[in-house]
Amino acid sequence: MIEALVDPFAYAFFVKGLVVATLAGGLCGLIGVYITLRGMSYIGHGLSHAIFGGFAASSLISVNYYLGAGVWGLASALAINKVTRSRRIGADAAIGVITTSSFALGVALLTRFGTKGPSFDAALFGSIIGVSAADVWALAAITAITAVVIAVNYRALLFATFDPEVADVSGVRVARTDALLMLVLSLAILATLTVIGVTLVAATLVIPAVVARMLTSRFSTMLWLSSLIGAASGFVGMNLSYHLDVPSGTMIVLTGAAVFTVVLWLTGGRRLVRTGRTGNRNDSDPAPVTTG
Amino acid sequence: MNGPVNDDSSLVRVESATFSYGGDPVLEDVTLGIGAGAFMGVVGPSGSGKTSLLRLLLGTATPQQGTVTRRADVAVAYVPQLETVNWNFPVTVTECVLMARSGRGWPWPSRQERAEVARVLQRLGIGALADRHIRELSGGQQQRMFIARALLRRPQLLLMDEPTTGVDVTSRHDMLHLLGELNTEGVAILLTTHDLNGVAAHLPRLVALNRTVIADGTAREVINAPVLERTFGAPMEVLQHLGMPVVLDHYHPVGPPVKPSVSPAGRVSA
Repeated sequence: MIEALVDPFAYAFFVKGLVVATLAGGLCGLIGVYITLRGMSYIGHGLSHAIFGGFAASSLISVNYYLGAGVWGLASALAINKVTRSRRIGADAAIGVITTSSFALGVALLTRFGTKGPSFDAALFGSIIGVSAADVWALAAITAITAVVIAVNYRALLFATFDPEVADVSGVRVARTDALLMLVLSLAILATLTVIGVTLVAATLVIPAVVARMLTSRFSTMLWLSSLIGAASGFVGMNLSYHLDVPSGTMIVLTGAAVFTVVLWLTGGRRLVRTGRTGNRNDSDPAPVTTG
Repeated sequence: MNGPVNDDSSLVRVESATFSYGGDPVLEDVTLGIGAGAFMGVVGPSGSGKTSLLRLLLGTATPQQGTVTRRADVAVAYVPQLETVNWNFPVTVTECVLMARSGRGWPWPSRQERAEVARVLQRLGIGALADRHIRELSGGQQQRMFIARALLRRPQLLLMDEPTTGVDVTSRHDMLHLLGELNTEGVAILLTTHDLNGVAAHLPRLVALNRTVIADGTAREVINAPVLERTFGAPMEVLQHLGMPVVLDHYHPVGPPVKPSVSPAGRVSA
């Protein structure tokens, strides 16, 4: 039994995949807290599709995947942010138009010209076969950069997520903070796409954050809890992927979904009344102020 | 009417400002000054431009015509409407107040910052609620939490959007007294409200606004039938009680008037 469990660790490709899946889960869990609390869960889904367009285009013209798809993804994220801020089109419509167009372009390019990098299926559903040492280092670097960005901008990110208008008049540069979040989100999706897959990466952003929200009402706790749940889902999912011979992204998402179901059953989802930037006011009785 | 505090001592001054969100102007030719130590309320119907005026004063909106001048060194804090806040957001009272700390951006506040928050919460009477989730507070306690967050910035001017909406009568009374105390300590305060009687009793200066300034002066100068009719577009009855104006609510039934009927016994009933 134990032998069967440790057996895959003998393969270098599996160890690399396991490191990537664990890091990717933790990274997406960390960023996912901000994404879900801003009511932008759909952006992960949209951006991964947008980056797929960049992936196809960079493959076609033989440009480094991280450079080509990264620039493409960041441009898409900033375009969504700009269109949303203009308030002429809602965030959901902006994401829908910009990202699905990019995805459609990617499909058209890959169908017409083929790919020199990861296969079409690998890009859609994730695979650990093609994970290189460079991919591991790139993801480790992006995880470290994201952690530093979030730590240094902790107050600004929290304030701009909770109440952007008051944050703006309290000295927070909200537009810059939003752009920074889009940047780290694009980088995170870029680095995790090959393992998790285009169609499933959104779940790794949303599920850990939602599970963490069910377990705590404290923001700082939610941040590390979501990262931990994401990393654990990546680790367990990758192991299950090997043993069940199912694509890695699929098992990582299903592991997260299982954790979600268990926590929902245990907690009743009481804290999940609503997420996003607006919600109902509390009409309950005042909390008793006691000194005891 | 007098337009008090429209001189060089103003912390913020709006002059002949016209502002729109792209369509018809929501504010037109508005002139208003807020002096150091001001304690004033802006009243007007929904859609009269109260929140837009706050945005001009805060600097988050710019008038298409006219000017808004803010003294260079003035620290302004803002308390939003409770209705606009996501109360399910996962923050405790302390975490919410700490958002306003001006120091480093690191996740962990300094010991000094924590002590400052504890002191402000204690002063506002919600010290024991510091570790509660924000949704567990009543409307009055939530207002105090936001005032605590604003005070952390040590403001000279505090702008509040409808702080008396959604709180009970006692909390509203306590709130206005608390604001009075802050004002005597030197914080200039401007609040918007629908609560005519509350501000008439507590605030020394009122502004009646409906797209433009209808009146600017004391409660007696602003809370009277002619001004209120021009402001709200409907006749309103005002009584004087213990030297203070009191606006009467009239009951206007909705739907067609009920015709009186005459019973066989000759009694008239509605």
